[in-house]
Amino acid sequence: MSNLVAQNIRTFETHPGVEISAESPLVFFHQRSGAPAPCTESRVALRERALLGHLILRGGAIVLDEAVHSVLGFGLPAYPNALSRDEGGERSIQWLSPDEWLLIVPGGEEFGLEGKLREALGDAHYAIVNVSGGQTLLELEGEAARELLMKSTPYDVHPDNFPVGKGVTTVFAKANLILRRPTETRWELVLRRSFADYLYRWILDAGEAYAIGVEV
Amino acid sequence: MFHIYCPYCEEHREEEEFHPKGQAHIARPEEPEACSDEEWGDYLFFRDNPRGIHHELWVHAVGCRKFFNITRHTVSYAILETYKMGELPRFTAEFPEGSLSEKVTTEAEAMSRQEGVKA
Ligand SMILES: [Zn+2]
Repeated sequence: MSNLVAQNIRTFETHPGVEISAESPLVFFHQRSGAPAPCTESRVALRERALLGHLILRGGAIVLDEAVHSVLGFGLPAYPNALSRDEGGERSIQWLSPDEWLLIVPGGEEFGLEGKLREALGDAHYAIVNVSGGQTLLELEGEAARELLMKSTPYDVHPDNFPVGKGVTTVFAKANLILRRPTETRWELVLRRSFADYLYRWILDAGEAYAIGVEV
Repeated sequence: MFHIYCPYCEEHREEEEFHPKGQAHIARPEEPEACSDEEWGDYLFFRDNPRGIHHELWVHAVGCRKFFNITRHTVSYAILETYKMGELPRFTAEFPEGSLSEKVTTEAEAMSRQEGVKA
């Protein structure tokens, strides 16, 4: 790490080690109470991708794109409301606003990655915030997934308006979340910690008609 | 419901995602301490209330969270255009049909912006 980073910025590992058991915002209702199990009638499946690494990148697109490219091998999405991913689809970057992107990586990678990005960015004008503890990611999959979304958000989720590779921050059941479509069949919902429980229960309620099943 | 074009997200979004923040283009006096009470009071408290074209500041609160401006007609509620901070409006009280010089070059763009009105 360059001297400048070491001098001016204090970074710390927020991912708990093995001695502390990590808990996602949905730990109680999702993991410990009676979530509906998938069955043959299920037309939509819900699954949590708990404890991933979430970093917020802020700064100029060109500078950040260069740094991200050099560290991760893929760049920022080129357009507003777009998502870019690495080849395996495990790491993704989403446009949130003209100077803000959400980078999601497998849990545990985020701290090392933050350091590498800081090193690559040197004394550029930027900010990186580790928000891994502040939000969680849900996946919705199945033929009725789009119908469930249509009941919950005013945003148009028709494939003509919401192709694969798009992602938006929008209203969802009177709260808000980040909604994205990484593949043809899968939708991802990034929930803020304080909304997570409410939205999770909303989704189960909205999904009841499609015999929603929770995959643990 | 308005369907508002966010100039940063570059697409129309539901009104639910936005908040109005009052009149746009209010310049803070450069030297507040040199203002009379009346000048300072005007800056702080007094706002236009026109019948017709009005420039407003809005924020895309659930979305990109950027501030931008809307030119709106207070009688019809029609949104004539939305534009980024730092840009100037095309539709003004003097040019209610849009300023001529720009209209020629950017008519197509202006049209797409006008489609922001789907009240
Ligand atoms: Zn926006």
